Amino acid sequence: MDVLSVRNVYEDAERAKDKKAAIGADVTIENFTDETVNALDMIDDLDDLSNQTKKDLLKVGVDTEENNRSGSFLQVDQSNIFTNNAISDSIEVMNIGIALEKYNWVEDYLWNVVKPDADKYTAKTALREKEDGVKSGYFVRSLPGTKEVMPVQACMFISDADIMQTAHNVIIAEENSELHLITGCATGDDISSAMHVGVSEMYLKPGSKITFTMVHNWAEEVEVRPRTGVNLADNATYINNYILTSPVSTIQSFPTAYCNGENSRAIFQSIQGGKKDSIIDVGSRVLLNAKGAKGEVISRAVAQDESQIYARGHLAGTVPEVKGHLECHGLVLSDDSFIYAVPELEASSANLEMSHEAAVGKISEDEINYLTSRGISEEDAESMIVRGFLNMDITGLPDELAQQTQNMIDMSLDGM
Amino acid sequence: MLLEIENLGVEVAGKRVLKDINLSIAEGETHVLLGPNGAGKSTLFLTILGFPQYDIVQGSIKFKGQDITKLSTAERVQLGIGVSFQTPPAIRGVSVRDLLKIESHQDMDEDLNPRMKELAEQLKFSDEFLDRDVNLGFSGGEVKRSEILQLLAQMPDFTMFDEPDSGVDIENVELLASEIGTLLDKDKPQGSRKRSGLLITHLGYILNFVSADKAHVLIDGVISCSGNPTEILEDIRKNGFNGCVECAQCL
Repeated sequence: MDVLSVRNVYEDAERAKDKKAAIGADVTIENFTDETVNALDMIDDLDDLSNQTKKDLLKVGVDTEENNRSGSFLQVDQSNIFTNNAISDSIEVMNIGIALEKYNWVEDYLWNVVKPDADKYTAKTALREKEDGVKSGYFVRSLPGTKEVMPVQACMFISDADIMQTAHNVIIAEENSELHLITGCATGDDISSAMHVGVSEMYLKPGSKITFTMVHNWAEEVEVRPRTGVNLADNATYINNYILTSPVSTIQSFPTAYCNGENSRAIFQSIQGGKKDSIIDVGSRVLLNAKGAKGEVISRAVAQDESQIYARGHLAGTVPEVKGHLECHGLVLSDDSFIYAVPELEASSANLEMSHEAAVGKISEDEINYLTSRGISEEDAESMIVRGFLNMDITGLPDELAQQTQNMIDMSLDGM
Repeated sequence: MLLEIENLGVEVAGKRVLKDINLSIAEGETHVLLGPNGAGKSTLFLTILGFPQYDIVQGSIKFKGQDITKLSTAERVQLGIGVSFQTPPAIRGVSVRDLLKIESHQDMDEDLNPRMKELAEQLKFSDEFLDRDVNLGFSGGEVKRSEILQLLAQMPDFTMFDEPDSGVDIENVELLASEIGTLLDKDKPQGSRKRSGLLITHLGYILNFVSADKAHVLIDGVISCSGNPTEILEDIRKNGFNGCVECAQCL
């Protein structure tokens, strides 16, 4: 990237610094404070973390003993306090700042599938990078032709109240490689209010595959604005799994996959449990821009208490011979909660196939009766049905990871 | 008496469906409930089971001497009542295996106990089948066999079967009948049977394989006739339920 375009990034960001996001509640960024980059000391071992932090991390799928992992990255507030790049020869894991020093080409992957002027949150992230002269976030890359089945774990953790955490992540699967990530985001137990903005840019080279499984466990007053863009080349496969079952103030995200390569395929699967007065606005978008591309968006949402869930899905077919399917199922469990399902199909070419299926309603009385007639109390029956409803079969993961992911889902659903 | 129903009147959505039902079933007895479509057979079942949409407007139901009229379904089932449904709902994410563990009072973290595994095999279910979501995409026969398997996990003292043979091929009717026999202590001599049951059957075909002690004919929400199952069935086969209507009118 030349000097001119770097300046363009910041100019674009500067212009967008007050630009509200297209959807979702507007967050006053000024209410949160910027933390100094790398203010916290590095640790030698994830085991050195406090027991409470370890527990918090485990809840979002981060194993501090690093069993069955191919790498680890931990950012606390604005500091990268731990990286383990030594487990797998197939995978590189490092701080994005270090990656930029190591490889001059990493620059080309910044602000490419996510635009700095998308809204004020991306703008803020870009402007902080300019101000600090340092970038926070991770860089993960699988080397060409490698297939590491164990996942890299990456974690964004907020330990200080009222701060705004930003991260800029770049994930690259080189040609014919396979890369699995588990990313967990959480706040410390004593943190009530904070904000998190994570910009993630993913690049899948021809014939590669990335699975990206994200578990969120925020505190009740945390504002969350992830911004994710995924670029797929020929025959690439991207699988995104998202799990959120704990209360949050507001979360708004609309990760977008650009199927620019022939026969590329993107699948988004999400499990959302709304609790207390959480406002969850999570969508998935797949742009089918090349022949043979396929997109699938599947979501299960359960709204409890006073929560509000906007379940969005958007498939756009721009060329012939693409296929897309969108499935959105929701359960509304209380009179004060709501689900707004927004399935969108956009076809701008002849000879393509797109479909959607959406159903929102209450728990079926027949199902409750059936379970009570087996001696299960009504309350337990309801919770079994809700858990069963959310416990969708996650497809596309290697066996080792599928089991772990199921455990993560089970753990997330335990509190439902 | 194991089950004693006295002067039972039931409304569904404000409409009277059952009137003055009197029915007693002793320990070790199997009764059969006959009647045309819409007579109220399923309503009687589901009222005994305690489903909330069935309002008991008069009378009482006693089970093992205890008045269960106001108990919840789960409480009644815990006292020893069981049921196999004709068309049970599918429940996503709830596996047959999970239900069998709950029904046989097993810890969810443990493997399914060997007795249940053996019974599943007897009912022609593979181990993988047990991980399927209950009733989701099951064939008619699979639904019936899964219902009976779940009852075998529970081993209720009193079991109600709603059309256990409908939609089941002949080969499997015998298999089901033999397991229903187990649930009704048919393998024991008549005098020493403890478990009781009530069978709903439309055509009475299952009675070729499961013996019953008494039959009742339900017409328009009223038990119009009770007596020897063979005689009553023969009469219905000859004259249809019209014969019962006439019979009820002379009562």
